Amino acid sequence: MPAPRRLLAFALAAPLLLASCTTDGNESDGGGGQGSAGGGSGDLSFSVITHGSAGDAFWDVVQNGAEAAGEDLGIDVDYQSDGDPQRQAQLIDAAVNQGVDGIVVSMANPDAIQESVEAAVAAGIPVVTINSGGDRSAEFGAIGHVGQDETIAGEGAGRELAADGARNVLCVIHEAGNIGHEQRCAGAATGLGAQVTPLQVDINDLTGAQSTITSQLQGDEGIDAVLTLNSAVAAVAVESVADAGSDAKVATFDLNQDVISGIQDGSILFAVDQQQYEQGYLPIVMLQLYAENLNTVGGGQPVLTGPGIVDATNVDEIADLASAGTR
Amino acid sequence: MDAGAAGEPSTRRADERLTAVGPLRRLLVKPELGALVGAVAVFTFFALQSEVFRSARGVANWLDPASTLGIMAVAVALLMIGGHFDLSAGVMTGTTALTVAIVAVEFEQNIWVAIGVSLVVALLIGFFNGWLVTRTGLPSFIITLGTFLMLQGLNLGLTKLFTGTVTAGGLRSVPGYASAEWVFASRMTILGAEVRVAVLWWVAFTALATWVLLRTRFGNWVFATGGDEVAARNVGVPARRTSIALFMTTATAAWFVGTTLAVRLTSVQANTGTGQELIYIVAAVIGGCLLTGGFGSAIGASLGALIFGMTQLGIPYLRWDADWFYFFLGAMLLLAVLANRLVRRYAEAARR
Repeated sequence: MPAPRRLLAFALAAPLLLASCTTDGNESDGGGGQGSAGGGSGDLSFSVITHGSAGDAFWDVVQNGAEAAGEDLGIDVDYQSDGDPQRQAQLIDAAVNQGVDGIVVSMANPDAIQESVEAAVAAGIPVVTINSGGDRSAEFGAIGHVGQDETIAGEGAGRELAADGARNVLCVIHEAGNIGHEQRCAGAATGLGAQVTPLQVDINDLTGAQSTITSQLQGDEGIDAVLTLNSAVAAVAVESVADAGSDAKVATFDLNQDVISGIQDGSILFAVDQQQYEQGYLPIVMLQLYAENLNTVGGGQPVLTGPGIVDATNVDEIADLASAGTR
Repeated sequence: MDAGAAGEPSTRRADERLTAVGPLRRLLVKPELGALVGAVAVFTFFALQSEVFRSARGVANWLDPASTLGIMAVAVALLMIGGHFDLSAGVMTGTTALTVAIVAVEFEQNIWVAIGVSLVVALLIGFFNGWLVTRTGLPSFIITLGTFLMLQGLNLGLTKLFTGTVTAGGLRSVPGYASAEWVFASRMTILGAEVRVAVLWWVAFTALATWVLLRTRFGNWVFATGGDEVAARNVGVPARRTSIALFMTTATAAWFVGTTLAVRLTSVQANTGTGQELIYIVAAVIGGCLLTGGFGSAIGASLGALIFGMTQLGIPYLRWDADWFYFFLGAMLLLAVLANRLVRRYAEAARR
């Protein structure tokens, strides 16, 4: 019975084969990364650990910013992300074990990663927090925070909408569990001085999001503006407005190519740009300054990267930058 | 396959109904073999390349994700051996964690009261799943998909109703937190590395499940129910009660993991656990469980979870691009299933 024996040998060898294949594939990958970052002294190595989902355009720009800073300054920058707070905490633990020289971490759910961030600080690794969670940053022992105050950004969007005559705004939340989104909608209500209706959709199911927004617009014809919190959702909201035959305006947080063309052709009113490239770039600079010169910025006060408003007046210049993946 | 395995039965008074089975074949028919080989391969692969990965602290690090996943995977494996799926298992960890946080913080109860309430909720959901599946005869896949979606909505809706936001937090200052932390989220130093207590619970649950499956009457009922429910019922196995008990076991595991999450993280997001149910099934299948039921092992499911944990943190230890993680995991699943299929076919041939 040679056939079963051969099959058996294959079965036993299969996992090993897999492992060896993966070595080959990824060694070349890792080599490329090191080559691009190896321009300078290469003494320092920083880890950037965010809560962004893999493939999210927003976090791609943050990653570009961090890696560009690494290349410019000759620092080895490693980017990891996981949307689940427990797994994000485990990635922080892994970075601490590796003894990196600095950690950049986004804090969508500060309580959940508190222990890991404090363990990093206790191990003598400087931490810079980015994006959300600025109010807890100093408490955890981070040397600084680079982000956008979500309430201030929301107020900015609300004021801008009020100036355009909006009175009844639908605020589309795309990540259940992100406090920053709640703050943006609440801030928008303050800035607008009127009622803002929150609507929950799922960023991983954009067609579902489109029909949810459409039905909401059909159900309440008084809605005269839709505020989305993510550029991909904005593109979907434009479609929804057309589907519902509504004349509501669409405004959004965050930029991408679709939003820029939307602003150019008038289907999107404006975008609140968080300028998240800086949230990738600046922490690397801050960590390097701290590592080499013990500098901090603003005594640990948050460095705000947004809100920057992109509308018809400045969209053309920004369009070129966005296509390069830096806006 | 001739010399050692077949032996020479004529020397003793042999029972012609029994075939002598050599040690190699006995090993090969074990469902967890594929997972064991896979786990060793994955460990060797990462350990050779990363010093931190094989250090005590590194091991403690990747045992952590494996532990909570493993507890769920063991329960899900029992359920799959019994012939059913539970797609609501992932979101149920969120439901139970949110229940602990909301009851303790919003209703100002001692955390142990909240944990008790959470257990009752979990058992009720598990009973509901099992009762509906056995009562209607509909595939458990559909029934639990329904509960999965319902729970997802309830998690978000009730959290916002009670807390006004999408997270339920503030557990650290609740009475009884210190003792709950000791049970669910403490750390102990083993060989200079801080190991989470969840790892010990995981080992304990795996051992318990293995004992139940292989040494008790209930374990036989599980295999019989999953193998052929009608035949099992005909020989007197209480298949319906066994199925309901298995759904309640999965729910209990979800309660344990959910409580661990709540106590450890002290604040729980409304979307916790969503999407994890398929990972549990992946771990169980890597561990040798058949989708058709009647075959599988608890140790195998634990090994599947171990492979998952090692892969999840091995990739950042090697500083690879994490974008490829799911590709690696998917390839792993396919190879594990193929290997299991080959081993099983060989084992069946050997039995004849």
